[in-house]
Amino acid sequence: MFIKRSKPWQGLDSEITPKNLFLDRRRIMQAGGAMALTGLLGCGSSESQAENTAEAASESAASGLQSADPMTGLRYRETAYSVSDPLTPLDAVTGYNNFYEFGVGKDDPARYAHHMTVDPWSIEVEGHAANIGRFDLEDLVDFNALEERVYRLRCVEAWSMVVPWIGIPLADVLRRFEPTSDARYVAFETYLNRPEMRGTRFPVLDWPYVEGLRMDEAMNELAFLAVGLYGDLLPNQNGAPIRLVVPWKYGYKSIKSITKIRFVSEQPPTSWNIAAPNEYGFYSNVNPNRAHPRWSQSSERVIGGALFSRRETEMFNGYGEQVAHLYAGMDLIENH
Amino acid sequence: MARNAFLRVFGQHWLKPLTFWLLALPGLWLIWQWTLLLTGMPNDLGFNPIETTHRFLGDTAIRILLITLAVTPFRDITRWLPIVKVRRRIGVAAFWYALLHVLAYLGLDLFIAAGMSVTGALAGLWEDVAERIYITLGMIAFLLLIPLAVTSFNAFIRLMTPTRWQQLHWLVYPLAIIAVLHHGFMAKGNQIMPWVHGGILALLLGYRLVRTLRKRAQARAIAS
Repeated sequence: MFIKRSKPWQGLDSEITPKNLFLDRRRIMQAGGAMALTGLLGCGSSESQAENTAEAASESAASGLQSADPMTGLRYRETAYSVSDPLTPLDAVTGYNNFYEFGVGKDDPARYAHHMTVDPWSIEVEGHAANIGRFDLEDLVDFNALEERVYRLRCVEAWSMVVPWIGIPLADVLRRFEPTSDARYVAFETYLNRPEMRGTRFPVLDWPYVEGLRMDEAMNELAFLAVGLYGDLLPNQNGAPIRLVVPWKYGYKSIKSITKIRFVSEQPPTSWNIAAPNEYGFYSNVNPNRAHPRWSQSSERVIGGALFSRRETEMFNGYGEQVAHLYAGMDLIENH
Repeated sequence: MARNAFLRVFGQHWLKPLTFWLLALPGLWLIWQWTLLLTGMPNDLGFNPIETTHRFLGDTAIRILLITLAVTPFRDITRWLPIVKVRRRIGVAAFWYALLHVLAYLGLDLFIAAGMSVTGALAGLWEDVAERIYITLGMIAFLLLIPLAVTSFNAFIRLMTPTRWQQLHWLVYPLAIIAVLHHGFMAKGNQIMPWVHGGILALLLGYRLVRTLRKRAQARAIAS
């Protein structure tokens, strides 16, 4: 049997709750040491892991927050926004990405995104809002009020993941800009610095990458701004330092490395819609009944899942209860 | 002259087996990687091994097809005639990789998506071929490859007469164009690889066009 060395995120796929308890780096090292030792002594390593979990759980219960390494880890609280599907392993989440600014290969972002400067980071806020201007990331995101949400991510390429994001609801951030009644849509723009982004040498898309949401979509409880995943800050390839997560829409709506937010009255242009309007609409809601012109959307390959099986794709990626009302009366085949 | 004679003699011995093993190399690599994957060992197939397999087989088929088309210009430019001895062998290898590419699509995509049902897979195939332009193109390219592969034996050349055999194998040109279009229509966004393949193909076809036009001009000059 092939035995993999235990990592912080392993053994927890089926049981989401205890995962965060492993974020304390010192604890991980202790656990690793203990496991190695018990391994040598011939004891079951799962036993020591369980003990360790219980110990950490009581500690964090006392503080009310998940404890994390003060240097790199994030402090956050868990939420009910979670799914029962097993988490996608961390190495897949950070090693299999579409971030075309760094190349079209799935491993290109992991290889080249470290060239991107993510600190310091500020976001330019423009358009129909009272409180506009340039904001530092730290002023926009209260790092003491972070929460975790385990969302399914469905890519338009018919594969999916389950990712434990850490961040804040998008609505909370948008409200602080005090959008006016003219703000019917919100547009987002990805960072663009060509020398740092080798994929932009070729016009795969019309850079910079832009996306947008209708205002009521943006204010929906599920719309989320992530600054981390798996307990740590976002790796660059996942859209550091701040990205959108809209779990009921295809992955490309969840724009990465946001540098601009614009409140507008007209439906804003979106990158994939510009590239191929018949294939990618503005709404881009996950919809198993509307095939992409070039492939079926009825099922998906689960990354890190069983090799020879596929998952049936759900309407709104399974989030219909929270978002279906946004599209009442709309033809979702036409408005794809 | 002496150099050419040397190459001609030397070429007989190693050229065919070397070509065979070079052409088999991508397939052997893939078999090795799948062996690693299925036994739970670290491998190079990435987090989406089926996707990787499709891309790898398709790219390999197209690239070997381009190499096939490069043999004649290579012969003309280097005047190294023995290379022509392996041209058919290279073309047949392109067919084998295309066949594996199609089988992987049928087995790893359609069959699994249909819940391991053969009829479901065939229904899926029909839907894909009818509705998805890049699948339609890919299928046409593959179907055109079949008669070329079937007639690749020496006996067939004699049976068909070389002239008619050559006429049939002219199909490789439209087929190669369709195969590259298949790749281009498959890619999301404006990706560079289909353009690279298309550019190389344009050079190889352009070379033939220029050669044909020159020959005709020469023939006309002689005739007048």
